[in-house]
Amino acid sequence: MSNIIEIQNLMKVYDNNYTALDKVNLSIKKGEIIALLGPNGAGKTSLISNVCGISSITSGNVFVEGYNVEKEYRKTRDLIGLVPQELSLEPFEKVWDSVKFSRQLFGKKRNDNYLENLLKKLSLWDKKNQIIKSLSGGMKRRVLIAKALSHEPKILFLDEPTAGVDVELRKDMWSIIKELKNDGVTIILTTHYIEEAEMIADRIAVINNGKILLIDKKDNLISKMSKKTLTIYTKQILKSIPHSLKKFNLRIFKNEKKLEYDYTASGNKTGITTLLSKIKSSGIELIDVQTRQSTLEEIFVEIVNND
Amino acid sequence: MINFEAIKAIYKFEMARTFRTIIQSLISPVLSTILYFIVFGTAIGKNMQLISEIPYGAFIVPGLILLTVSMQSVTNASFGIFFPKFLGTTYELLSAPISYIEIIIGYVGAATTKSFCLGLIILITSFFFVDIKVVYPMLMLLMLFLSCISFSLLGFIIGIWSDNFEQINFVPMLIITPLVFLGGSFYTIDILPKFWQNITFFNPIFYLISGFRFSFFGEGEVSVWISIFSSVIFIVICNIIIWKMFKTGYKIKT
Ligand SMILES: Nc1ncnc2c1ncn2[C@@H]1O[C@H](COP(=O)(O)OP(=O)(O)OP(=O)(O)O)[C@@H](O)[C@H]1O
Ligand SMILES: [Mg+2]
Repeated sequence: MSNIIEIQNLMKVYDNNYTALDKVNLSIKKGEIIALLGPNGAGKTSLISNVCGISSITSGNVFVEGYNVEKEYRKTRDLIGLVPQELSLEPFEKVWDSVKFSRQLFGKKRNDNYLENLLKKLSLWDKKNQIIKSLSGGMKRRVLIAKALSHEPKILFLDEPTAGVDVELRKDMWSIIKELKNDGVTIILTTHYIEEAEMIADRIAVINNGKILLIDKKDNLISKMSKKTLTIYTKQILKSIPHSLKKFNLRIFKNEKKLEYDYTASGNKTGITTLLSKIKSSGIELIDVQTRQSTLEEIFVEIVNND
Repeated sequence: MINFEAIKAIYKFEMARTFRTIIQSLISPVLSTILYFIVFGTAIGKNMQLISEIPYGAFIVPGLILLTVSMQSVTNASFGIFFPKFLGTTYELLSAPISYIEIIIGYVGAATTKSFCLGLIILITSFFFVDIKVVYPMLMLLMLFLSCISFSLLGFIIGIWSDNFEQINFVPMLIITPLVFLGGSFYTIDILPKFWQNITFFNPIFYLISGFRFSFFGEGEVSVWISIFSSVIFIVICNIIIWKMFKTGYKIKT
């Protein structure tokens, strides 16, 4: 697979001298869904704005299908659809007019069939003659998506598509996104919801303080980074850890009859067998054991905190 | 290379915005023009000395048209770009495969169209009040057109520059109205003391009014070529400013 977007040493320093992006490098493959994950103010919107032309690049280069986004912006912008974070819409315009405007703005030939299908897919068809002001927040978000897709882009940027959207609508969005992926659209989305990234992304990039801290396939990320925890339920509350078990860094609890042991799932030697046999020989009686894999959320919090 | 569809889209959008408020856009300028005719043309005008043999009521027609057209051009063009900035919908303009050229032609073109039509409507209205004949009709249309473009471009710049509604009202009120009044809309500058006459030569609107008046009566205070030339210069300067603004992203890009 070739890279559809290539970001090289991208720096963004705002007028107030704030560095929002600090030498960001990122390659995005054709057809993948990539989730940008990061806390408020991490630089997610800034990154998108620099690629799409909303924000002027301080230094570095961005290429879209090999074209430079600053010098060959007509070619790159033609390929990109953008759904902004804010619900920025003309309040008194009708949904249909708004979507038609967007298509025309991108210089595309009129195609009412395509737009009709698009609105139907986004459950907006019955609202096409309503003015935008009269729509709910979630519906406005859909209008933004329809506008972004109106010119049949190959790349779609979604800046927090599911912010302020209820569970039902969120699931709808996910299926829309998956459908787009099936049509070959490359999708870059930002989110605060880890489960969202976990649910739909192929790769996840964690960004904080304007730097990409790590980027990897979702599954790799979980297995590589994940810690597993083995919980051992005992018959009695342990007052202290027997000497023979010291090297395992076990956690004991004052009021619970259990022990906890952390290990990494990726290693060949988990140490579980030795631990269990040592426990047995030290005379502690076991009732049950349980293992638990840490979620992306925990990984994420750990990465950001270590930064 | 130019994205003509985009120009059409912006132009149509802007014109649609006007038609939503067509009554307000027309009634208030026409009404205030009629009031000017009643007060200056008929009531006071009778007692005014004839200026170059032209009845005062007729004399003020070009100035009145220019006064309305300048205000409307500036207001229309500045709000046209200010609103998207205010609403955040400029993101779409910036992310579309268009340059500042399409944006200017779309927005300024629409504002120019509106004020040009309004200028003609005021001219037609004036026919009901005063006896007036246009000596050079084609030149009159050209001068009207140049005035509409000039003020629309200026309005567009003000719209980009403004951060809030106060600023956007401030410039037309405090700068353009005085310049139009003092540029000789309602008098010829030879009635002014020498000092003020000299100052008037620095007022760009003076040249527009002079040229516009020439097209009506066949006489102006400066050569009509100077009028045409200076408005072309003004248009070029505005274009350079706008080009610079978009190039540096001034108050448009973050
Ligand atoms: N126009 C601007 N001028 C100055 N600083 C800005 C500007 N826009 C953003 N910033 C700053 O840049 C940093 C990154 O902002 P950005 O909007 O990219 O974050 P984000 O990751 O999208 O956050 P969120 O999750 O809240 O949307 C923030 O500290 C923000 O305050
Ligand atoms: Mg953001």
